[in-house]
Amino acid sequence: MSVILQARGLTKSYQSRRGGLLRRPRRFFAVEGVDLTLAQGETLGIVGESGCGKSTLAKLLLGLIEADGGSVRIGGEDSLNVSDAQWRGLRRRMQMVYQDAAGALDPRLRVRAQVEEPLRIHGLPPEAAADALRAVGLSGALAGRYPHEMSGGQLQRVVIARALALGPELLVLDEPVSALDVSIQAQIVNLLEDLQRDRGLSYVFVSHDLGVVRHISDRIAVMYLGRIVEEAPRGTFYAGPLHPYSRALLDAVPRPDPARRRETAARIGDPPNPASPPTGCRFHPRCPFAADICKTEPPALRDFGGRRAACHRAEEIG
Amino acid sequence: MLLSVENIEVTIARPKGGAVRPVLDVSLCVEAGETVALVGESGCGKSMTCLAIGGLLPRRGYVSAGQVRFQGQDLVPLPADQARALRRSGMASVFQDATGGLNPVRTIGWQIAEAVRLRKGGTRAECRAEAVRLLGRVGLPAPERRAREYPHQFSGGMNQRAMIALAIAGDPKLLIADEATTALDVTLQAQILDLIGDLRDTLGMGVLFVTHDLGLVAQSADRVVVMYAGRAVESRAVGPIFAAPRHPYTSGLLNALPRPDADRARLASIDGVVPPIDALPPGCAFAPRCPHRSGLCEQADPALTGSVACHHPVREAAA
Amino acid sequence: MRWVTIKSLRAVLTMWLVVTFVFFVLRLSGDPTDVLLPDDIDQATRDFYRTLWGLDAPLWDQYVSYLRGLAHGDFGISFRNNQDAFQLVRDRVPKTALLGGTAIAIALLLGVPLGVLAALYRDSWLDRTVMGLAVFGFSMPNFFLGILLILIFSLQLRWLPSSGSGTWWHLIMPALTLGTGFAAQIARYTRSSMIDVLSKPYMRTARSKGAGPARRVGLHALPNASVPVVTILGLKVGEMLGWAVVTETVFAWPGIGRLLTNAVATRDLAVVQCIMIVLAFTMVSANVIVDLVYGWLDPRVRVGAGARQR
Ligand SMILES: Nc1ncnc2c1ncn2[C@@H]1O[C@H](COP(=O)(O)OP(=O)(O)OP(=O)(O)O)[C@@H](O)[C@H]1O
Ligand SMILES: Nc1ncnc2c1ncn2[C@@H]1O[C@H](COP(=O)(O)OP(=O)(O)OP(=O)(O)O)[C@@H](O)[C@H]1O
Ligand code: SF4
Ligand SMILES: [Mg+2]
Ligand SMILES: [Mg+2]
Repeated sequence: MSVILQARGLTKSYQSRRGGLLRRPRRFFAVEGVDLTLAQGETLGIVGESGCGKSTLAKLLLGLIEADGGSVRIGGEDSLNVSDAQWRGLRRRMQMVYQDAAGALDPRLRVRAQVEEPLRIHGLPPEAAADALRAVGLSGALAGRYPHEMSGGQLQRVVIARALALGPELLVLDEPVSALDVSIQAQIVNLLEDLQRDRGLSYVFVSHDLGVVRHISDRIAVMYLGRIVEEAPRGTFYAGPLHPYSRALLDAVPRPDPARRRETAARIGDPPNPASPPTGCRFHPRCPFAADICKTEPPALRDFGGRRAACHRAEEIG
Repeated sequence: MLLSVENIEVTIARPKGGAVRPVLDVSLCVEAGETVALVGESGCGKSMTCLAIGGLLPRRGYVSAGQVRFQGQDLVPLPADQARALRRSGMASVFQDATGGLNPVRTIGWQIAEAVRLRKGGTRAECRAEAVRLLGRVGLPAPERRAREYPHQFSGGMNQRAMIALAIAGDPKLLIADEATTALDVTLQAQILDLIGDLRDTLGMGVLFVTHDLGLVAQSADRVVVMYAGRAVESRAVGPIFAAPRHPYTSGLLNALPRPDADRARLASIDGVVPPIDALPPGCAFAPRCPHRSGLCEQADPALTGSVACHHPVREAAA
Repeated sequence: MRWVTIKSLRAVLTMWLVVTFVFFVLRLSGDPTDVLLPDDIDQATRDFYRTLWGLDAPLWDQYVSYLRGLAHGDFGISFRNNQDAFQLVRDRVPKTALLGGTAIAIALLLGVPLGVLAALYRDSWLDRTVMGLAVFGFSMPNFFLGILLILIFSLQLRWLPSSGSGTWWHLIMPALTLGTGFAAQIARYTRSSMIDVLSKPYMRTARSKGAGPARRVGLHALPNASVPVVTILGLKVGEMLGWAVVTETVFAWPGIGRLLTNAVATRDLAVVQCIMIVLAFTMVSANVIVDLVYGWLDPRVRVGAGARQR
């Protein structure tokens, strides 16, 4: 299997406080030192709580925002330092599906025109748009509608069709089903799986819903305050995660089975403000396993035979 | 019976004439100490049902048929101030947007103390002390100091805790929680859910819990009411409904869930979408999406007989 | 603290700009001796006065010495009646303050309740009546209303005196004239701000606590709705001062406005400048007051978002 996406040390910081006459601006890392690899035809699920940097990472992977540091290779080419022409070529091979489908579409354009737009920008014939619309199940009259005439699930299909029109190899999907009802969510998840099978697509699938991620992903990466704290194949991950935060996450997921209710959830407290993360291991104030070292030393992301975890006490816990 | 809602219909008059009916026929009941979950897809009228029970319908909205019996008393025909007095002493609501639900120019402590004062009475100092106690009760660290802060100084999760503290002020008998945990991260959601369950058990409250997350239903509910397009279509205890759903819609919803034990199996989706409330199809509103529909379904609206409103309910054995 | 420093610096800068602007515009728009002295006066006398009033020095020198005077609290001498300009102006301030204060009070006492009522009963006949009146009061020129009031209450009914300032009766019509337009504007702003606030989720929370309508409006909605209204009020103080000049002229109200009209007509430079400084000072203070009230009303301004905000 060939590697389609490889990120090394990706870092992005934002200002958390505006500077002024007598005040220095303060910065924080929304994404810090992230390494990721994605093979052809594979799905990598990225999970984590709100504000942990999932969307920022997704945009960094596609070069949609400028990274402070690190590199991204798409199919072997360094995608952050390329000429404009090369960049356009690369851009066709990877597409993003944004968190907010309605907001990503132009309310004044018919759906067909929206899907043709990226083709036109790249100077390609618009026929591929019809293919893409058919692939997501929006052919015929539906393609002539305006966004406000469509339901949430249909809008999400339009956004996916638009991403597919250029014939990409890689889709980065930022919470593509979070706003949808389960029945519609199932339609979209099935669609994504069909497309992957038919076209050999690779996915980075960002979500905070561990049930959906489990269903669709081959590997799972857990983010906490800008860093990857665990990465593992799906089976091993759901069988028993190494990082205490992953455990808390899995514990908290309600099981859709009244006969197997979970016990009281771990009282791990409220999440900290991402703009002023704790020292040492960023999880230590909420971690039931925290030791003294955790307060001062940031744990490195270490290898545990096919899986990685960033926890000082991973051996004892796992 | 703490709360018994019988065949309510909610009408919202349009400013330029005409009206919409987001709730057509909903019946449900909540006993003290139990959690009843109200589930269904977006726009099916869950929130409107809650608002009707809580007397919080928007302008021009009113209960146009049916009864809302709270502790035996039908609130619908009562004059506004009497209904308010009965609700004030006995029920409380928590909504999804906690940060927006708190007044930005008042301290958290003031807002909770006000609820204490209105529901229970007492001197200013007593109400304040009670507010601080309630904040501690919902697990907010340093409640004394936090009571003096404003909603914008709180995180979303802290505001939701404050909202719950506000709701349980004066020990209500009924808590209506409309998507109270939807906007929160799973870890936080689980904690808030436990908190509500704990309060229910210690205070003996009845909880009406609205959600579209079936996982949460399985986790916390005793009974479930499934809504579709303004109607209650199935209403049963949680165990049986998950094990053997009878309405095709309920069964569709459950099958659409990704199951941990069936990795990678194809999800069963329900084709189509919920019809808009002002353009419902004749007959059973679910008919266009229903795999079991017949000619009868497209003509006659099935009544809620027993626990399910369907002409062709899924057989218990077959499910 | 930094906030206060910046505000004060900005206030001083505004005042300085006003002073400078007024100074140069007045000097460049004609020679005061042309107006103040009889036409047939001889050149020697004219020059004598020019030297006396310091008009013969280069413009720049005049400016510098004027500023120096200001720094010592010397606003110059009225050319017309040889009195201290500041003294002249100061004698008039209480009258204008009384008129303006009453007008603002009328505007608030009338505008806020009407705006609230219109919002509470929006789309009803009450709302339509109030907003109709507001459009009327808002679009009617101030002097026209003044003359109308004089015609009705002084000339026809003979209930109220048409000019002067001897008694409280004298205050009624000028204050109404000045206050009505603002009442109309405040009613409109209050209404829209109130409608916005009434649909906020926290108003539903107040209802769910069992708070009655009066408490919901008074303790929950109004404090929120008043934030934008106060901002508007601060911006309108300048406009109000302008209309005060007109109103005082119509009713012969012996305030700063009348003094200004006369002083401009007679090119009484020191007095005009002094009035401009007083007006600018009023506006600047109004802004400071609005900022303070704003912070008091809205904790999001007062208490920084802090570390917890998400
Ligand atoms: N343009 C920006 N300027 C400043 N801060 C930003 C910007 N974009 C994001 N942030 C901050 O960076 C952090 C990470 O944001 P991001 O949107 O990546 O989170 P997320 O994990 O996608 O969250 P969610 O689940 O809520 O979508 C947040 O604290 C956010 O406030
Ligand atoms: N003020 C209103 N006037 C008219 N119709 C309304 C109003 N508010 C809501 N509706 C409509 O009433 C219907 C039911 O809405 P409701 O909010 O009860 O749905 P819900 O089941 O709570 O959905 P969700 O899961 O999205 O919260 C919707 O179709 C909605 O468009
Ligand atoms: S490093 Fe320490 S604090 Fe961090 S997760 Fe591991 S045990 Fe917990
Ligand atoms: Mg995001
Ligand atoms: Mg709702």
